[in-house]
Amino acid sequence: MEVTTSHYVVLSTLLMLVGVIGILTRRNILVLLMSVELILNAVNINLIAFSASQQQVHGQVFSIFVITVAAAEAAVGLGILIALFRNKHTVHADEIDLLRW
Amino acid sequence: MLIDQVLFYVLAVLILGSAVMTITRRNVVYSAVWLISTLVGVAGIFLLQGAEFLAGVQVIVYIGGIMVLFLFVIMLVPLEEEASQRRFSNQKWLALATGLAVLAMLAVIVVRGIGSLDHPGPAPPPGPASLTQNSEAVGRVLFTEYLLPFELASILLLVAIIGAIVMSKARRRQTES
Amino acid sequence: MMDLVFTANDFHVLKPAVVLCLFGCGILLSDAFLVRRTGKRWLNAVTALVGEAIVALVVLQHLSDVRAGGAFSGLSGSIVIDGFGVFFNIIFVLSGALAVILSVRYMEAEGEHRGEYYALVLFAQAGMSIMATGNDLVVLFVALETMALSFYVMVGFLRRSKRSNEAAMKYLILGAFSSGLLAYGFSILYGIAGSTSIEAIGTAVAERPDGDWVTTLALITTSVGLFFKISAVPFHMWAPDVYEGAPTPTAAYVSVASKAASFALMIRIFLSAYGSAAESWMPLLAGIALITMTVGNLAAVTQSNLKRLLAYSSVAHAGYILLGLVAANDAGLRGIAIYILAYVFMNYGAFALIAALRRDGEAAEEIDDLNGLAGRAPGYTILVAIFMLSLAGIPPMAGFYGKYYIFLGLLREGYYVLAVFAALYVAVAAYYYFRIIRACWLTGSGDKPAALDLGLGTRVALVGSGVLTVVIGVLPQRFLALAGESVLLALR
Repeated sequence: MEVTTSHYVVLSTLLMLVGVIGILTRRNILVLLMSVELILNAVNINLIAFSASQQQVHGQVFSIFVITVAAAEAAVGLGILIALFRNKHTVHADEIDLLRW
Repeated sequence: MLIDQVLFYVLAVLILGSAVMTITRRNVVYSAVWLISTLVGVAGIFLLQGAEFLAGVQVIVYIGGIMVLFLFVIMLVPLEEEASQRRFSNQKWLALATGLAVLAMLAVIVVRGIGSLDHPGPAPPPGPASLTQNSEAVGRVLFTEYLLPFELASILLLVAIIGAIVMSKARRRQTES
Repeated sequence: MMDLVFTANDFHVLKPAVVLCLFGCGILLSDAFLVRRTGKRWLNAVTALVGEAIVALVVLQHLSDVRAGGAFSGLSGSIVIDGFGVFFNIIFVLSGALAVILSVRYMEAEGEHRGEYYALVLFAQAGMSIMATGNDLVVLFVALETMALSFYVMVGFLRRSKRSNEAAMKYLILGAFSSGLLAYGFSILYGIAGSTSIEAIGTAVAERPDGDWVTTLALITTSVGLFFKISAVPFHMWAPDVYEGAPTPTAAYVSVASKAASFALMIRIFLSAYGSAAESWMPLLAGIALITMTVGNLAAVTQSNLKRLLAYSSVAHAGYILLGLVAANDAGLRGIAIYILAYVFMNYGAFALIAALRRDGEAAEEIDDLNGLAGRAPGYTILVAIFMLSLAGIPPMAGFYGKYYIFLGLLREGYYVLAVFAALYVAVAAYYYFRIIRACWLTGSGDKPAALDLGLGTRVALVGSGVLTVVIGVLPQRFLALAGESVLLALR
């Protein structure tokens, strides 16, 4: 069977699903941040696949911005984590009184 | 074409398997290493789709930058108490429900909508010259049509720099107390 | 292939964001080289206010251009200056300036008075300005993230406070998660249209068959991402914690400006990109609006912390504003505009009073801390009453007209049940807002009473917000006309 764009979309949806489940189930903030990276990678797979099927590079350029955003979010997130760890000495989501969701 | 198919399925298994390992490992270092494996798989997908420049960016920025940052922060967080902690929060059922809902939707998409996104026409031919062509094309679009988001991204990164410094800088006066 | 040209017109449409970014960078530089040496930290706030004043002039210039010659675009259509964008830019200028004014005294008292804070206020506003005028998925996404990242840092700016750190962490994780889902929706929209322009996407979505599953997947992921940003139920759980932990002026800025910008994005995407699929998202939006109003209002009744109460009330307000989008007619959208305009003044006013309330230098944020205020500061008690009545939507206050037009829009489209529920919840809301007013007249339980610690800027901002809340309510014609201009171009 030929590998089509739809195959890539299914792959990216599954990857996004893994990321969403990670966000909903894990308690460790670092793993939560990694799950966000999984979702953003799913976005990139989509963009690249569509870019190839449309034979233009706009999707590739979009995914450069997605990677930029991922880097910025990770930097700020880890900065906040360090500030939080200084005050609290925990990286667990539910041990932080407010952080129950 | 057969090699493409084989590569796609190999990479898909690598990506999804590593992703599942990322969110299930007890030790954060293992999670990070599995995430790197996912990212390498995604870079492979980029190559398969003729996005050589992006594959390079993925390896350099994601694996070389973001993941090193992650590992650096993991170093600052003691891991001994980590292993004794409960791994999952109390939302397993919610997560399961969400997962099933999305899977069901995906099944419907596969059955009913598959192919509706496929556009006719072959993929751009890969070849020895395509790396320069791809980078050139990406650069051209980035600096013409997407000039505004490019400039705005510089502000975004400036905000990220300020944020990271403000948040993580040790306080000179108050830290001792 | 497009050439690399940047014309005078491109610069003209971008002026608000350019000015904001320049002043943001200027504050960073002057803070490092001038202000820290002299120790006059309030100079940063003055610089920020000068920037806001210039942006206000630019936006007024845009307004007169739009009035004279209609909407215009720049950067090959990726930025559109129309009545809609100009209106939201006015909202952002007002809330940015108010955030700066309120922050001076508060950040001073918390010992975190630094130049970076004001720079972030301006950078966030630059992102929001482009969010309201952008017409391209990539532009909108990067602008949204610029705004969101600035807010994550501002929420965590009280670095010594655990609650502030926790709030920032929670906001960042949920914010990044929702941005990821939104980006996923955007990627599928790009796949459908083969272009990132909102117009092209609108055309391509219209050509998809009815009940198309790919469009549905895109719709669901973008909606969930946007529901997080506007704190609609069931994606609202970050709001109370973030408002409680954040510096109070930042909480006001997040609740007003970030919500307004997210609504601007939402209106643009739903009406332009998904305009043709309205039958499939209208019931979804109506349902979300209904549970948002229900949960927001009922949860607010049980709160004892003022900031948490206002957080749940802002969730409820998001529900009302969503109803305007459900109606999606002239009255509904005009209602959204006037609602958000009134919300700027009444919500900033309420948050400004909470920010000023202190006992022995510590922030006092419980409802009981208001006890005895009527005896000690009768003037400010009247202001409390004005803001609360307006938030409840009681005429003749500004908050009434937003609800009135949204109800009108719903009735015209035949959504009678929704209108009845919305009206019922006004009564519930009136209960908890009156509780706050009543607390000012109760005598304290013997503790040392909390006092209002007001700087000159806060006084001016408070009185100004109070006067405008009344003026919009009593003489609404001009403001309604302005809101009307924002609508016609959004509806097209």
